[in-house]
This record gives sequence, C-alpha cells and structure tokens, in this order.
Amino acid sequence: MHKIGVFVCWCGSNIAATVDIDRVVAEAKVQPGVVFAKDYQYMCSEAGQNIIKDAIKEYGLTGIVVCSCSPRMHEATFRKAASQAGLNPFMVEIANIREHCSWIHKDKEEGTEKACVLMRAAVAKVTLNTPLKAGESKVVKRALVIGGGIAGIQTALDIADAGFPVDIVEKNATIGGRMAQLDKTFPTLDCSSCILTPKMVEAKSNENIRLITYAEVEEVSGFVGSFKAKIRKKARYVKEDVCTGCGVCMSKCPSKKGLNEFNMGLNNRPAIYIPFAQAIPNVAVIDSTQCIKLNTGKCGLCEKVCTAKAIDYTQQDEFIEEEYGAIVMATGFRPIDASKFDEYSYSTCKDVVTSLELERIMNAAGPTGGVLLRPSDGKHPHSIVFIQCVGSRDVSGRGKPYCSKICCMYTAKHAMLIRDKYPDVEVHVFYIDVRTPGKNFDEFYRRAAEQYDVDYIKGQVGKVWEEDGHLVVRGVDLIANEQIILNTDMVVLATAIEPDPTARKVANMLTASIDTNDFITEAHPKLRPVESPTAGIFLSGVCQGPKDIPETVSQAGAAASKVIGLLCKDKLTTNPCVAHSDELLCNGCSCCEKVCPYGAISYDTHLINDHGVKETRRVALVNEALCQGCGACTVVCPSGAMDLKGFSNKQIMAEVEAICL
Amino acid sequence: MSVNDTVDTAVNAAAKEWKPKIVAFCCNWCSYAGADLAGSSRLSYPADVKIIRVPCSCRVNPMFILKAFERGADGVILCGCHPGDCHYSTGNYYTRRRMTLLFSMLDYIGVERERTRVEWVSAAEGARFSKVMNDFVAKIHELGENVKVGDLRCKQ
Repeated sequence: MHKIGVFVCWCGSNIAATVDIDRVVAEAKVQPGVVFAKDYQYMCSEAGQNIIKDAIKEYGLTGIVVCSCSPRMHEATFRKAASQAGLNPFMVEIANIREHCSWIHKDKEEGTEKACVLMRAAVAKVTLNTPLKAGESKVVKRALVIGGGIAGIQTALDIADAGFPVDIVEKNATIGGRMAQLDKTFPTLDCSSCILTPKMVEAKSNENIRLITYAEVEEVSGFVGSFKAKIRKKARYVKEDVCTGCGVCMSKCPSKKGLNEFNMGLNNRPAIYIPFAQAIPNVAVIDSTQCIKLNTGKCGLCEKVCTAKAIDYTQQDEFIEEEYGAIVMATGFRPIDASKFDEYSYSTCKDVVTSLELERIMNAAGPTGGVLLRPSDGKHPHSIVFIQCVGSRDVSGRGKPYCSKICCMYTAKHAMLIRDKYPDVEVHVFYIDVRTPGKNFDEFYRRAAEQYDVDYIKGQVGKVWEEDGHLVVRGVDLIANEQIILNTDMVVLATAIEPDPTARKVANMLTASIDTNDFITEAHPKLRPVESPTAGIFLSGVCQGPKDIPETVSQAGAAASKVIGLLCKDKLTTNPCVAHSDELLCNGCSCCEKVCPYGAISYDTHLINDHGVKETRRVALVNEALCQGCGACTVVCPSGAMDLKGFSNKQIMAEVEAICL
Repeated sequence: MSVNDTVDTAVNAAAKEWKPKIVAFCCNWCSYAGADLAGSSRLSYPADVKIIRVPCSCRVNPMFILKAFERGADGVILCGCHPGDCHYSTGNYYTRRRMTLLFSMLDYIGVERERTRVEWVSAAEGARFSKVMNDFVAKIHELGENVKVGDLRCKQ
C-alpha cells in the first residue's frame, strides 16, 4: 500500500503568481496513493523541510513528491530531508513546476493545469520507485590540471600545498601561458613577469607537482574519483633532464625562419629554441617543421655545439598513463583572428596590430626591446588609435556575441603607459562603452582619460587604410554626432578573446558540457561556478568565461579547494541509478555489452533457479561501480531483462500515461 | 434559442478547444538543463509541452514513444545533447540511429512523420529550447489532432 505525500512549494511568488497552489494541492489529494498534500511558501527552507519530515513520520509516507523548482536545484536537498526522516532518499520525486511551468507560462489557468499534470506524472512515477542504496567507489589521491597558465599553476600550487600530488599537462614547451606574454598588469601596473615567474618556479620546485610540458591529454576514461588519462608527451628532440638551457644551440642554429610564437610572430626564432628566457622548464625544443636536420638529414649543428649532449634527433612521442581522482580544466584563451575584420586592414597594414602584439612591443624582452616602434619601418609613432570591441559584442556572426571583459582595462593601460613614457604621442581610443567594474578599475580608467589626456571617442571605426606611409582612420563620434577622419601612425585592435581551440576537444574527452561559444559550462552559474556538471571535473580560468588575472587566480583557488575537498575523501558514494539485469529474463545475447560506453557489463555463467527449474545459463552482470546509468543497454535488450534503477521502463511509461491522461 | 443556450454553446466550444498533448523527453545533462535555462530566462513556449526527465536520450525506448501515441499524444519530441557532446560520450548516437528506424516505422503505421522529432539542445541553449518547442507545437497545431494508435481488438 502506497502512502504518498505531495508538497507544493510557492517559491515566494515565483510559482504562486502563475500557479493556483490550492488547486494543485486539491488535485494532489485525489491522486491514487496520495494520503497527504500540503503547500508552503518556501519548501526548501528549514521550516519547509520540517513539514516534509514531520509528514513522513506522522503518516508513515512511503514516497514523496515535491512540486518545486528544477531537480537540478533542490533534489539533493529534499532527498537529504527525506533520509533524515527515515525515508529512503530515492523515494523522492520532484515535479518541476517553476523552470518548466510558472516561469514560462503567463496564463494562470494554463500554468495551473500544467502544474497539475506534472504533479500527476511525478506521483505516478514515485509509486513505482524502489528504495535504492548508493554504493561506494575509491578516490585516487592525485589531481590532473590541464593547462599551465596562471590558472593551472595556481590551482596546482593550492592542491599541492594541501599535500596531494598534481600533474600539470601543458601543450606548449613551457608553462606560463598568456600571462607570461603580458608586459604590465592593470590596475596596479605591476610587471606581469615579476609576479608570474616566481609562481612558475614554485610550481617546478614543489615536490607534489609534476610538470608535463609539450604534452597533450589524448584519452580520458573513468569517472569521479578514478579517472584514467593517457597523455602524449610530444618529442622535443632534446633530452629534458640533460639540457641545461644554456642557449648555445639557439645562436648556432642556421634555420632562423620560424615565427616567434611568444612574440606573436612579430620576429623570428631559430628552429631549436627556448620560448623565452624565464621558461619553465628551461629546456630547448626543436620545431620539427623548421629543423634542417629533421627534414633533410643534413646539418646537426646543435648536436655538435651542445656540450651537455642533450640533442636526440631520434626521440619519439612518449605516452604517460596515470590515474586521477579529479581533473581541472585550465585551457585558457587566445585572441581571435583579427584578419576576419577587413575594415581594419589588419592583414594588409603592418602598423595595424592587436593588443597582445602591442603588449610584446612594449615589453622589454620583446622584439623591439621595449621601445615603441612602428612594425613597418621601425620609426617612432607620433599618434596611435586604439579600437575597442574588435569582435566582442558582435552579433553579426563574424565576432563573438559576448563582452571579452578585459579589453576596456588593457586598452586604458596601454594608453596610459604610452602617454607616460612618450608624452609626445597622441592617443585616441574609439569605444562603444567603457566597462570598468572592478576594484580600482574605474579610477584607473579616469586616470587615463583625465590625467594622461587620452582622447576617448565614443563611436565605432568604419575603415582603416594606408595612405602616404601613414594610416587613416575613419570613424564616427557619436557624442558630437559627426564623422571624423584621423591620420595616425599605428592602430591597435582590442581583439576579443576566445577559448583556446583545444577546449572543445578536451571537454568532449571529459564529457564536460560546453556552451555555444566554447566556454565550459559550470554546474550552476551562481552556486557552483567552478565545477562542471560532470562530477570530478573542475574549471579554472578563462576556459569558463572571460576574466582578468585577479578573477582567474581566485577562481583557480576555488577550483583547488573543491578538488582538495574531493581528494580528502576516502570513499565516494556512487549514483545508485544504475542498470541491472533480471537474470530470469536475460538470454545472454551480449547486445547490452556492445553498447555500454563504460565496459560495465560482463557475462557470467551460473546456476539459475527459474521457477523451480535449475539451469546453468550465461547472463549479463552489471558492474555497479563502472555503470554511469545512461540506459543505452536497456533499449537494446531484446528480452527486456535490462532495466535502469530510478528510471525504469515502468516508471517512464507511468509518466507518459499520466501526461497523456 | 435562449440566451442561456448561446452561453452554453460558447462554453462548450471553449471547453472543446483542442489542446495538443505533447510529451518531451529531455536528457538530464543537456536538454533538461536547457529547458531549465529557458525557464530562468523566462523564454516562453506553450504549456502543452510536458517534459519527462531521462538520464540520456539513449534511455528513451521507442516503446515509450509508441506508448505515448497509444495514449493519445499528439506529438512526441526527444531532446539530447548535440552529437559529440553526450555526457555518456556516445548515447545520442544510439538515439539518432534508433529514431531513424522508429521514424520509418511510424510512417508505416500511419503516424505523420512531423509528430515525432529529435532535437539537440545543449545546456546553454535556453533560447533554442524555447524556439524548438514553439516550432514543434505550431507544427502539431497545423497537423491537428492525432488518431490514437491502438489495438483495434481492444475496442471490440
């Protein structure tokens, strides 16, 4: 005999405004099996939970339905409450009458009717629920951080400080990421390298951190607590443990045509190179596309000059396989390709540069040694025009629909630094809006505009072209409501940032959700911002959304604390909604085994008592620790032996029937 | 005809105004979350759509869809993660293949092709979820009431 309790939440006015709560309660009371129905303003509050707990005890409820917000929000809350009152937590069903009902329907009659149907379906389902018991799985006490920029480094350092071993996998030859390329950081104008490189050194020297550079994660299997990863360590052609980083090979290498990626391709580097002086590990790498020896078999100069005997032209890619309890994505970003925007003549005029290129030009270790020079003729510019929002807030489809968040601030920084160092240079900035919400950010921007006389022009630029050795910028001044034409020496494009192109591949491997802009989706935008909806996968840095360095560092720390919280546990409770096979029905056909993405199904031959007839049969067995509960096997099973706990055929059929009633 | 009769006819007509019954199966990881996002972004779609949560689109047995039509559903829509984005890595590929077969079977038994639909909606696509549902409901309105699929022997 079922004794079902139905609890209808008002969610303040969120539900009550468009759903007639009294009618839902009245309707609930007449559903088969329902012995108790009650409403309350906030069912998730302590008082609300107490109503549920008291009713469970008083009426001896065998199952409950909570009509409230999405189960993704509060299913866990109500399951916990039920369990505290002595009811199996899996005897709880949620009817989502907020996100799927009251918030989208304006007509109260319609909303109420739909809420009643959703409640009916949940009641029909819960009467078929069975008590489930969560199993346990192990936790491998090691974390993997994918990406070695400031986000990955900070996350790894924090995890390592708590005493857990961490591997950082970085696709480039050195850790450091984008921050290493920056000159100064806003709003304090700290030197970027001076605050980053000590952290890089710390990551290298920390005994709990293993750096796996020039490597990419190839395969990930498993689940929270015990992931298995296969990492490809690309051939460097230099023995990492032997190279001293002396740099003699770089000066002798005759192939010097490779574009220097670290300087955004503004100058060239040899085929054997160390990305930058402070690289960690400070070990050379050979660019196999540029190396003469690797391509033609002749040369071998670097091997001759290397006193440490570190060069090895026969090196092959290596594979590392390791188990991890948690994985952090810190795959970072890149600026978008500005050549898509023809109107700014980026691909045709050398003096039109992106902000990250300007960052390298301004940097003391950059291609010009930190002297502001025009890339075309190496002359000192007398006027510079900055164009903001290049590809950001662009709904035309060429750029990105989002605000890249950091551009207003770095443009103000560039403008200020240039005016400070070269007061003779005129600086104009075209902007749509200046967005400076951050600690000391607006003060910083005002300083640029007021103290440093940077000319901020509200409006967009229509065209940039070259004329008689200088650039002409045609734009519009929206405040003066007139077209303006400026002659200038350099144009700087504040290009939008986009997630690193590897993010999608990595996310797919980790089954982490990713949005249409390729940013990784968080489990909850407000309450679980550093976790992916996939258990055991955490997010750090710009892979989750545009952010500046302080935000990245704090998010990295938050992700680390979540990882530490997970790794501290000895056992994890597993999802009990897994597949199970009825051995009396199973005919041992192996269909389910073939579709299982986790290899959770195996076969065993054993003695079965089929209604008094004893027979030895081959039947499917589900490994509950491996099964993730997708249900693929349930549909292929020709004999109907395979079913999914918590989402059984009967339960879903009952829901369908209740909806179509 | 009295005034009361006229009122009664109007009331009856209103009561009889056909409301399609639409079952939407949504996978827990993408589409259900997409539906939640449509809700929290207040992007409306007709109340005729009722969502059933399943762990993965591949959990949906074609039998469930046939059952819905048997019980009088006018449309069934199945939503999952975009191909390649499945939380269980390959579930939606199974769905795609199974549903192709089911479509062919529905053609065979005489249920219009447009009454069943498979759509990929990610957790970030609240707007898309709402648009898909609006489109689908409009299509069902165009098609009108469905003929109940059922065993004639049971009706004797």
